[in-house]
Amino acid sequence: MTEKTPKNLTTWRALNSALHDILADIPEAFVLGEDITTWGTGGGIYGVTRKLVDVYGPGRVRDTPISEEVLLAAVGAAAARGTRPILEIMYSDFSLLGFDGIINQAAKARYMFGGQFDVPLVIRTNGGSGIGKAAQHSQSLETIFAHVPGLEVAVPATPGDAYGLLVQAVRTDNPTIFLEHKNLYYDKGEVDFQPVAFGQARIARPGTDVTVVATQQVLHAALAAADQLAEEGIEAEIIDPRTLYPFDMETVIGSIRKTRHLIVGHEAVRDYGWGAEFVAQVAEEAWDLLDAAPRRIGGARTPIPYSEPLERTVTPGRDEMIAAVRAVRGATMAEAGTPA
Amino acid sequence: MFDLHEHGLKGLRLMAKIREFEQRLPALSQEGLIRGSTHPSVGMEAVAVGVSMNLEARDAIASNHRGHAHTLAKGADFGRTMAEILGRRDGYCGGKGGSMHIGVAELGVLGTNGIVGAGIGIATGAALAAQVSGDGSVAVAYFGDGGANQGVLAEALNLAAIWSLPVLFVLENNHYAQSAAIEQMVAQPDFTRRGEAYGVPAIAVDGMDLPAVYDAAETAVARARAGEGPSMIVADTYRYLGHMAGDTEIYRSKDEVREWHTRDPLTRLRTRLEESGILAAGEWERTQEQITAEIDEAERYARASALPDPASAHTDVYATQGWAGR
Repeated sequence: MTEKTPKNLTTWRALNSALHDILADIPEAFVLGEDITTWGTGGGIYGVTRKLVDVYGPGRVRDTPISEEVLLAAVGAAAARGTRPILEIMYSDFSLLGFDGIINQAAKARYMFGGQFDVPLVIRTNGGSGIGKAAQHSQSLETIFAHVPGLEVAVPATPGDAYGLLVQAVRTDNPTIFLEHKNLYYDKGEVDFQPVAFGQARIARPGTDVTVVATQQVLHAALAAADQLAEEGIEAEIIDPRTLYPFDMETVIGSIRKTRHLIVGHEAVRDYGWGAEFVAQVAEEAWDLLDAAPRRIGGARTPIPYSEPLERTVTPGRDEMIAAVRAVRGATMAEAGTPA
Repeated sequence: MFDLHEHGLKGLRLMAKIREFEQRLPALSQEGLIRGSTHPSVGMEAVAVGVSMNLEARDAIASNHRGHAHTLAKGADFGRTMAEILGRRDGYCGGKGGSMHIGVAELGVLGTNGIVGAGIGIATGAALAAQVSGDGSVAVAYFGDGGANQGVLAEALNLAAIWSLPVLFVLENNHYAQSAAIEQMVAQPDFTRRGEAYGVPAIAVDGMDLPAVYDAAETAVARARAGEGPSMIVADTYRYLGHMAGDTEIYRSKDEVREWHTRDPLTRLRTRLEESGILAAGEWERTQEQITAEIDEAERYARASALPDPASAHTDVYATQGWAGR
């Protein structure tokens, strides 16, 4: 990879830049998906595949029919046969049409066949709510994927991580579900054009009083909440796991050792969500480090509604995070005389 | 074109060897050596053999739950295949796969499969890889009349057609999807029309006739290899045994099964070889004895192979064991 000077880019630009670099560097890589060359300015719904076809041609950058079932089955096999497919599924909700290919085939191919096949597949898609796409274009399905042995799951929250995790995903030999967030495509941030190893959390904000583990939009809500909480005398340490599997438990445990309080936040439905698994692991491995019961915030157990006040109601934001932190730090709050 | 002198004995021998292999399985099952489900394809050997005689090691196949013949015809070792069915360490997948998940990477066997119709998408993907990499290989999807009713077939035929993918869709119509008679499950029994509807040339062949399957596959493989795109072969065939062990077969009559035995692909080819003087009187009996000895050896190998180390249940989930955390 050519050395590049860090730049301030939007997430979609960072991803676009990653794809250009991947196709330049990895001859086995190719990109395919619905409407990826002919929609809008020629880069799909959010611009991520912009100008790829101009540089790499229609053999390596393919517009596909609307056929998720065969596409999701085909890319796993194409990966097992030595290529490195990067399939865009326009919205993660649409991946549900092709779960056989992902879960019964790609995720299991290495294992079922006794390690004979590598499956270097990346399924890029976007999840999450926030822009009024409603029930079938806004789900946060990361927990479902993280539950499946054989899959790796990336959930970038910043442009820099979007770039770094994508180039890394293509280089690994495992099938990766790469979940972008549709409400973060136009966020800007520094991109240093370096790969980001899976299973390495990022401390997004250091703090001493409570550990907050959160992803994507909820991570940003946590960062916003942290400013308010700091005024109240609570310094939150905010951790972005960046990948749900593998998951960097070490960094989190290290943080809890310091803060002795834990909150996990995600947009995926809270009930049975990955936060529940994560908190259970912490309870098993680090019960003694916690001074208070941990707390989860997550999506309500509803489909995502359309109208803005409804959508806002079912997805966790800054206020829910502040309330959760206050609840977990209840004792401290009382001592400090701050209203709960 | 199928040449009786060049291909006849080779094809007959391979069909007979596969049949001998599969006919051993019920007894091994009875003996408690086979877990779960195995699905024999006795009677259907001409399809797998006729197709595979036109394939090279670099070509890919994606099979189904009834996939021993496809795997063996592609060149898989009989002993290692049986060892996998017996869940042994020396099986191709170290006992992790079993009958429904036998893969052989170096032979392009992308697995027998436990999901009906899944091989359709997998072969399409192997063909896509061939086209993207330009490696010159072709891919074959084997599926049945049951698998043809999965929606993925429509998507795959269309995708393969618009991209001219080097893939053969080989539909083995054995007339029953488990216990469901095909007449009750499709309104249009001419499956070639499905291929044609999507722009995929399709041909119906007698799947009980090795030369007929061979010729259809030869044309289709040549077409794929030349970059001219996919083909569909609809082979009319029949499985003599039940869907799997324990099948009561209440859905078909004994007369029907007997009737299909009169079309047996091995008997027909053997008769032609004897009539044309390629096989001398008594010669086949000697060949059959050799085949029996070879399968004895495969069985001995499989039985002698150790069961896997329980610790191996945790390997091969991810490419880099350990990097995934815990």
